[in-house]
Amino acid sequence: MSATLSARNSILARLRAAPIADAPATPDVQAWSASHRRDEDPVQRVSRLRKALEAAHAEVHDTTPNDWAALLLNLAVAKNVRRLLVGADTPHGATLQACRPEGLELLRYERPIAAWRDALFDAIDASLTLARSAIADTGSLVLWPSASEPRLMSLVPPVHFVLLDATRIHADLQSAMSAEAWTHAMPTNALLVSGPSKTADIQQTMAYGAHGPRELVVLMIHAEGACA
Amino acid sequence: MSRVVPIHPMDDFKERSRVALNDPGQRKNFRGAMDFLQAKRRGQFPDLEELESLRELGASIRRYSLSRLPQLLEQLEANLTAKGVQVHWAQSAEEANAIALGIARRVQARTIVKGKSMVSEEIGFNHAMEAAGIEAFESDMGEYIVQLAGEAPSHIIMPAIHKTKHEIATLFAKEVPGVAYTEDVDGLIQIGRRVLRRKFADADIGLSGVNFAVAETGTLCLVENEGNGRMCTTVPRVHIAITGIEKVVEKLEHVPPLLSLLTRSATGQSVTTYVNFISGPRKADELDGPDEVHLILLDNGRTQAYADLQLRATLQCIRCGACMNHCPVYARIGGHAYGTTYPGPIGAIISPHLLGLESTYPLAFASTLCGACSEVCPVKIPIPDLLVRLRNEAMARPDGDDATLRGSGTARSVIDTTIWSVWSQVYGRLGLYRLASWFMSRGRALSPTEQGAWTRSRTPLIPAAKRLRDLLKERKP
Repeated sequence: MSATLSARNSILARLRAAPIADAPATPDVQAWSASHRRDEDPVQRVSRLRKALEAAHAEVHDTTPNDWAALLLNLAVAKNVRRLLVGADTPHGATLQACRPEGLELLRYERPIAAWRDALFDAIDASLTLARSAIADTGSLVLWPSASEPRLMSLVPPVHFVLLDATRIHADLQSAMSAEAWTHAMPTNALLVSGPSKTADIQQTMAYGAHGPRELVVLMIHAEGACA
Repeated sequence: MSRVVPIHPMDDFKERSRVALNDPGQRKNFRGAMDFLQAKRRGQFPDLEELESLRELGASIRRYSLSRLPQLLEQLEANLTAKGVQVHWAQSAEEANAIALGIARRVQARTIVKGKSMVSEEIGFNHAMEAAGIEAFESDMGEYIVQLAGEAPSHIIMPAIHKTKHEIATLFAKEVPGVAYTEDVDGLIQIGRRVLRRKFADADIGLSGVNFAVAETGTLCLVENEGNGRMCTTVPRVHIAITGIEKVVEKLEHVPPLLSLLTRSATGQSVTTYVNFISGPRKADELDGPDEVHLILLDNGRTQAYADLQLRATLQCIRCGACMNHCPVYARIGGHAYGTTYPGPIGAIISPHLLGLESTYPLAFASTLCGACSEVCPVKIPIPDLLVRLRNEAMARPDGDDATLRGSGTARSVIDTTIWSVWSQVYGRLGLYRLASWFMSRGRALSPTEQGAWTRSRTPLIPAAKRLRDLLKERKP
């Protein structure tokens, strides 16, 4: 560590020896965001999110707390999903399990990745995770991977199903960060996901399913009786 | 696998530019790509008031961050260390590679899978690893193509922008075992996906760059569309992130405006598919993610830019590539002609600090100072002013007060300085000017036919037979 320590001290010393700029004022990000936020009601916000997600090639389905499991199973059959990965200990995983789906094997992410890496990469068709919230401006889902829903669930399986509570949609990233007080408890990995994996690296032609999921399917859960 | 070692400009720059200008196929590729990227960016900024105020905000965040750079780096280090991330400091490319190699040796790594990182290109990472017997695989589709072809990226955001699908199809059929020729872009991407999935699963170390490092939370922010960046930072048991020291911001709330400017300016997207915030290695109860996370903070000449209040603006850059997408020079000569890791206007202003002016000064002269770059720059770097400053540095008296950079004065020549000092004498004194212009108009037959760079592609300059003042005198009734 001594080489890097002396590098550290030399770099910091050079930076400290540099002339001091007229101190720019602390940027007022909150004020800028507030003055550029659009006036909208929750319904408009939901529709803005949906539009942005669909523009990025995600599928969006409206559903309810009671119906999402049946919808998901139908979609899984339609997409030829035979093995679906769920978290080890999640209420939605348990809900699906209770449906005893036929022809669909539910697997639980309960072992460290090193113990089953090849199976995850080669044998899982789809996964289901919960979104913490979403961002209407950019059509982004906020994922907060955890011990019960690890990071690779939203990355390795070719189809990714996401449950989103329609009441948890923020206008923009700034609002999501403040409303959810991100700075107080950043997880190991926080994520914004805004569509299926894609690339335009070959002659600017968009292709989906680059390294991550080919399909992103959002099940937007509205309270019973609320209309989308 | 052969790898192009960065070639540095000097005299070769002009020759490479000439070759590039005479390659209609490549010029068509770049023109098409530039038109595409310009239109995409324009589409993201329909509201010019919003664009201008966001640029102002972005620039103020970057200037503010730089004004507190040493404190922010220490805060970043302290917060990352508290979360179990190991922070390393490197003054040069060699030191950075040695740190990475030390980690690789300790964990007995055989393969490294890489997310897109221009800093890793800057330090010749792949070459250094290969020399030590460790394989480094690029996993960004564009970088993978470029590595397979044994080339260097020609654009910082779209590395394979110079290649057509026909060329890529030929390359894949030749280099990837068991692959038949196909020009279908989806098919080509699926080939890359299949090959690289194995690399992600098997690699010992994942390497990534960093788009923003947040000091207050100890967070590394990475943006990407493909998912390879997330693979590299999640699957292997060790993640090494490498970044220039300038990428730090103070607060998490500083990220959203910069993020918005970055993706909209770069590829015309409101956001990339993935925005990845990493704040530590795997915790005891977590089931995936790397056991070790390292951050290498690289200087490599950045402190030289920092030491000068004007040139410090160079470090405001968030590497969106908009300046090259709008540069008439870049569009015509392409990325490889520059011979540096970072091409285009940003390359011309950052490379002298990384490599010295000796080998990079011609880049500062390869500009008409049209200003398109600074007009689109999301953090308002006054690129043309910096180009002029670098030209002055290159021509400065090496031991003079105005020579402040590594390689200052490198382009100074007796002929140039004599010509310009005579010019300024003549133009500064009316009598002398009249006399000189009289002699030039009357002696125009003696004009040299060889006039240096001017006559390389133009007809010689010959003074008019009559001066303006002569013509005006004749018009008098």
